[in-house]
Amino acid sequence: MSTSILLIVIIGLAVISFYSSRKRSVIKANEIGGTQQLNSLPFYHGMLAVFWCVIPCLLFVVSWLIFDEYIIENLVIAQLPESQQNLSYGELTLLVNMVNNIVAGNSASVGQATYLIEAANYLKSLRDNSQTALSVISLSIAVCGMCIAWVKIHPELRARNHVETIFKLLLLLCSCIAILTTVGIVVSVIFESIQFFKQVPISEFLFGLHWSPQVAIRADQVGGSGSFGAVPLFVGTLLISTIAMIIAVPAGLMSAIYLSEYASKRARNIIKPLLEVLAGIPTVVYGFFAALSIAPFIRDAGDWIGETYMFELMGLSLQVSSESALAAGLVMGVMIIPFISSLSDDVINAVPQSLRDGALGLGSTQSETIKKVVLPAALPGIVGGVLLAASRAIGETMIVVMAAGLAANLTANPLSSVTTVTVQIVTLLVGDQEFDSAKTLSAFALGLMLFIVTLALNIYALSVVKKYREQYE
Amino acid sequence: MNNLKIIKEGFYVIASSADKKSTLELVNKTLAKRYRAERRFKFYGALSICFALLCLAVLFTDIVGKGHSAFFQTYIKLDVNLDPALLEISDINDSQQIKRGNYQKALRESLRLVFPEVKGRSDKRKLNALISTGASYQLADDVLDNPALIGQIIAVDVLADDDIDTWLKSRSIDGQEAFTGRLTSKQLEWLEKLIDADRLEKNFNTVFFTNGDSREPELAGIRSAITGSLFTLFVTLLLSFTVGISSAIYLEEYAPKNRITDFIEVNINNLAAVPSIIFGLLGLAIFIGIFGMTRSIPLLGGIVLSLMTLPTIIISSRAAIKSVPPSIREAAYGMGASKMQVILHHVLPLAMPGMLTGTIIGMAQALGETAPLLMIGMVAFVVDVPGSLTDPSTALPVQIFLWADSPERAFIERTSAAIMVLLAFLITMNTLAVWLRKRLERRW
Repeated sequence: MSTSILLIVIIGLAVISFYSSRKRSVIKANEIGGTQQLNSLPFYHGMLAVFWCVIPCLLFVVSWLIFDEYIIENLVIAQLPESQQNLSYGELTLLVNMVNNIVAGNSASVGQATYLIEAANYLKSLRDNSQTALSVISLSIAVCGMCIAWVKIHPELRARNHVETIFKLLLLLCSCIAILTTVGIVVSVIFESIQFFKQVPISEFLFGLHWSPQVAIRADQVGGSGSFGAVPLFVGTLLISTIAMIIAVPAGLMSAIYLSEYASKRARNIIKPLLEVLAGIPTVVYGFFAALSIAPFIRDAGDWIGETYMFELMGLSLQVSSESALAAGLVMGVMIIPFISSLSDDVINAVPQSLRDGALGLGSTQSETIKKVVLPAALPGIVGGVLLAASRAIGETMIVVMAAGLAANLTANPLSSVTTVTVQIVTLLVGDQEFDSAKTLSAFALGLMLFIVTLALNIYALSVVKKYREQYE
Repeated sequence: MNNLKIIKEGFYVIASSADKKSTLELVNKTLAKRYRAERRFKFYGALSICFALLCLAVLFTDIVGKGHSAFFQTYIKLDVNLDPALLEISDINDSQQIKRGNYQKALRESLRLVFPEVKGRSDKRKLNALISTGASYQLADDVLDNPALIGQIIAVDVLADDDIDTWLKSRSIDGQEAFTGRLTSKQLEWLEKLIDADRLEKNFNTVFFTNGDSREPELAGIRSAITGSLFTLFVTLLLSFTVGISSAIYLEEYAPKNRITDFIEVNINNLAAVPSIIFGLLGLAIFIGIFGMTRSIPLLGGIVLSLMTLPTIIISSRAAIKSVPPSIREAAYGMGASKMQVILHHVLPLAMPGMLTGTIIGMAQALGETAPLLMIGMVAFVVDVPGSLTDPSTALPVQIFLWADSPERAFIERTSAAIMVLLAFLITMNTLAVWLRKRLERRW
């Protein structure tokens, strides 16, 4: 029985146990004078039976599914001839993969060593047995649970209290997933990063000026030096994010001011959703736009300006890379405008009307009120919003993957091609890779840096915003 | 001037009534300047909004301008002779034989009939290159559906190669030189003849919606990507909706005010701002590395995306629960309802519209997300339409990313067309969310 059918059967059992237990509680109650004799409503008796039936069974299925492949693999390895078992870890993995391929029918079984075919047959039988065993055991657990609940049903059973406690615990479990996710992120980046820093010193990673993650396969290979100085990536990320922020902060802030202070209600109702559309466009679309429309446009514009008389006169030449930081930064800035505008809008609206009235009453014009009263009052919140936007720009991936280059140039020239932390993570990890080479691990070290920086920016920004909010509430 | 205290330019505080007139004069003198500044400031605000909206307009016109042509595809009208001998079919009742028939030869023969003057090996090869390599499979499918066609001469719209399609589309634009690409001058000559004979036509591009990915642009479609996206979204919805709403209920209704609750809240707020690519690293290291899940499957993609969308859903669901007034809860308690009954019978139904809105917005986010899927290997070249949650598949945004990298010019319009489809999905979802919010949300 496949796992999906098994799950459907378990759901069926749960439904049966709900109705049967509910009915039983009613019958039991009628024996002693009607349902008002029940401690809890029949519904709770039914639900308790469902919990008894489903929870232990599902726990079993999940743990089985997690561990079965691991156990089966070890059993197969234990069954291999003595000489094969003493191979190194890598060779053993290779062997297991060969066995797996034979079972899956990817490689022909003819012409393979006998022990491999034996192992393949053994693996196949183990898998079949495992699936059967899983179905049989889990279903018997479910039925057992059903029976226990059936036997336990009694008019004085405090079913409601049990059900409510379990319900609360399930909810608690769900909300702990947020913690588990954070732990998972930290664990996944930290462990791989520690392995990476064993091979490459942390000082070289943080302060090295040269990034070329190709590790030499042969000793005499050209260009395979494998140096992991991440400064060019940090500078590239900073350059593109700065360009984005230069576009987004004034535009976003001014649109927020206009929308909240000047625009009529009707205009606001039209413009705001349109800005939200801008925020809802997937980043891959922005990336496509940047790479295929903006970047060529900027390059052509650069060529055109470079050919003009003035530049020739000064003896200058204008070189624009087709993967310029400017293109990626511009488009990223456009992407961030609605983000800044909506955050600033909230903050500006939170400034008490009395402050505005006071300033207007003193005879200042509306723009003077905004510039000298509203904005200073809203400044901490705006700064928080800008920091949040900056952290988003730093972590943005698709636009830079598609529009920025791969060359790790250490430059502050927005017209040249730079690469970013996220671009490198993607290029290092997409496709097949060996899991413990320095090249792969360096991606996790970059991920760790990214996580730390964005987390710090966020925590700081959120605390600023929170403090500001408290000030006016 | 010493009885005037100047705070800043434009602001004067009157200290003595004797100088009243001169103060008024001073104010009036600067008034024009101040009004100009006012107008300038307002203009900057309007300018910023115009800039943002202009960007939106440029983006949309650019995508639509590039992509609209992909919905039509060039076909060559040919009279194909389905002679059993030519197709190498001996028994016309044997479907296996019909499947294996040499349709390519039949197509080439019919093209040869249109150009009887073409001689020589290399010229013939160039002539054959006008037809897409996938055309023979389409013909085979047609014949399989209707075996009675064998032996007849039928008019077929044969799918043309992508170079011809690109050429024809760029040709129809006035004032621009047609894009010839890899086409030779001889091939162009033949094509002009085909146009004169009215044999080239543009039909609606059904292939784009029914095929999976392909190396040949004219055969590439988005069906497998859309199916993969739907499977992934299904898993995401299932996980993030149940878990998200449960967490929101716990945090709003049950959670005691203590350290653990605070810690959970801080975690959720921070997860909302973690870059999406980090979730991809999580999927790669934990789910593939430790739990040993298979790469590139919608199940894994859905799990990773649901972890990513969870904070969005939790935050909006909490806001929805918070907006249900306490009087409702108190009334229910007063009637003797238990806590679970209050939540399930009263709070949840009233908060549901807000929760659904948040969920739809989260789903839209997940649908457009690319970076974490790249990390867990959903960048595969997938031709077959995935049939289950554990088949290797790709997603629509990833397909866009893959096509954007392809060198063939015909892929540009296909990428844009795929983006149009994606945006259509997203706009529908967002409109639904807005409509739901307006329609169902109650103001207390």
